[in-house]
Amino acid sequence: MIELNSVNKSFGDLQVLKGIDLSVAKGEVLSVIGASGSGKSTMLYCINALEQIQGGSISVDGLDVHAKSTDINKLRQNIGMVFQQWNSFPHLTVLDNVALAPKIVLGKSADEARSIAEKQLQHVDLGDKLDTYPTRMSGGQQQRLAIARALAMEPGYMLFDEVTSALDPELVGEVLDTLRLLREDGMTMIVVTHEINFARDVSDRIAFFHQGVIEELAPAKELVNNPQRQRTQQFLSKVL
Amino acid sequence: MSESANTIQFFTGFRFNDLGFLAEAAGNTLLISVISISIGSVLGCLFGWALHVSVLARYILGSVLDIFRSVPLIIQLLLFFNFFPILGLPLEPFAAGCIVLIFYTSALVAQVARGGIEAVPDSMRRASRSLGMSYLQDMRYVVWPIGARAMLPAWTGVALGVLKDSALVSVLGYLELLRASQILITRTQEPFIILAIVGAFYFALSYPIGKLSAKLEQRWQYD
Repeated sequence: MIELNSVNKSFGDLQVLKGIDLSVAKGEVLSVIGASGSGKSTMLYCINALEQIQGGSISVDGLDVHAKSTDINKLRQNIGMVFQQWNSFPHLTVLDNVALAPKIVLGKSADEARSIAEKQLQHVDLGDKLDTYPTRMSGGQQQRLAIARALAMEPGYMLFDEVTSALDPELVGEVLDTLRLLREDGMTMIVVTHEINFARDVSDRIAFFHQGVIEELAPAKELVNNPQRQRTQQFLSKVL
Repeated sequence: MSESANTIQFFTGFRFNDLGFLAEAAGNTLLISVISISIGSVLGCLFGWALHVSVLARYILGSVLDIFRSVPLIIQLLLFFNFFPILGLPLEPFAAGCIVLIFYTSALVAQVARGGIEAVPDSMRRASRSLGMSYLQDMRYVVWPIGARAMLPAWTGVALGVLKDSALVSVLGYLELLRASQILITRTQEPFIILAIVGAFYFALSYPIGKLSAKLEQRWQYD
């Protein structure tokens, strides 16, 4: 379970998260929508301790993310993250991109890491690209590689930060399909996205962010089809 | 008996043995260069990292390194070499030359290394940290290999420069290629042939560095 309790986050004078309360249960898929700059991505970074918070608390499986006593590297092994930019390691083959962290972080042997990587890459349909270098692949393929790389750590949670925003339109589908696959696997996910229809079809609940607060949080179909708040209605009418 | 037997010979022509003398001097050039470039590069990478992570280092260390980069090497050598006897700690020319060349190299490499580290986008480092890698693992397995590729051409330029600049250590009396050539020219009065040979030696020393770097660059291409 991921729990946020009145989380405040500022960059200098700019407060980007204003008292966020949220909990995501094991097995749930939560999508987060909202305009750019509304704090959606920042929230993900805070959950993964890539950003510090100024107030409130975040816990993952009961572990306080920002406590000094928390082993950040251990915590992150349990929280996979995929970014807008796919960030493939350009000096490593596709296989080694995925095998690296299991090897050096989890201490797997080269053979074990290799078989983990092969399995994950086949899962995202990159089984025929093992020895390719990522720069030879399309953005969609590299994004799927990034997903496989995160999954290879066998995390309990996955965070997705606008993973299709930097992709050419024709490549968006294959990445969304991969997310659907994870949903079927029962992965717990928080998906920050601009793909409203995808969010409606795939998530259990959707949170609509507006200027650093959760303006509306509801079951996915309800929020999209019958938004209660005026700001949600305005936002949806603009993007749908 | 010819006339020459009665005159004192000041000058003798270039002999085969002199090649050995030059080769030995080339060995000294190689020795001081290898020591300076290798230690200087390691130090330079540490300095470059410090410049990258710390604002304070950027001001303090950055200014010191600027001095090493900006003051002509020959002045640094003479100042340093003559400074220690004043303290009662006379230094060998070789030691003084090594120390100055090491810091000179490190000052040049520091900026190259900083550029290499900064060639790795923050977003990529966040990705590796999000996989649970520690700061050092991220540095070792992601930043270093990517940064090293980015800095290789500039580093090669520095290494070749230092190899040739090591000739200036001759002013301290260290018997390297340039000094050996001056000695031979004084004796033989045949500057052309000797300088040509010395040039060939320098080329022979430099060529492998450039070649190795080109090979690495090719091997390290991302495909």
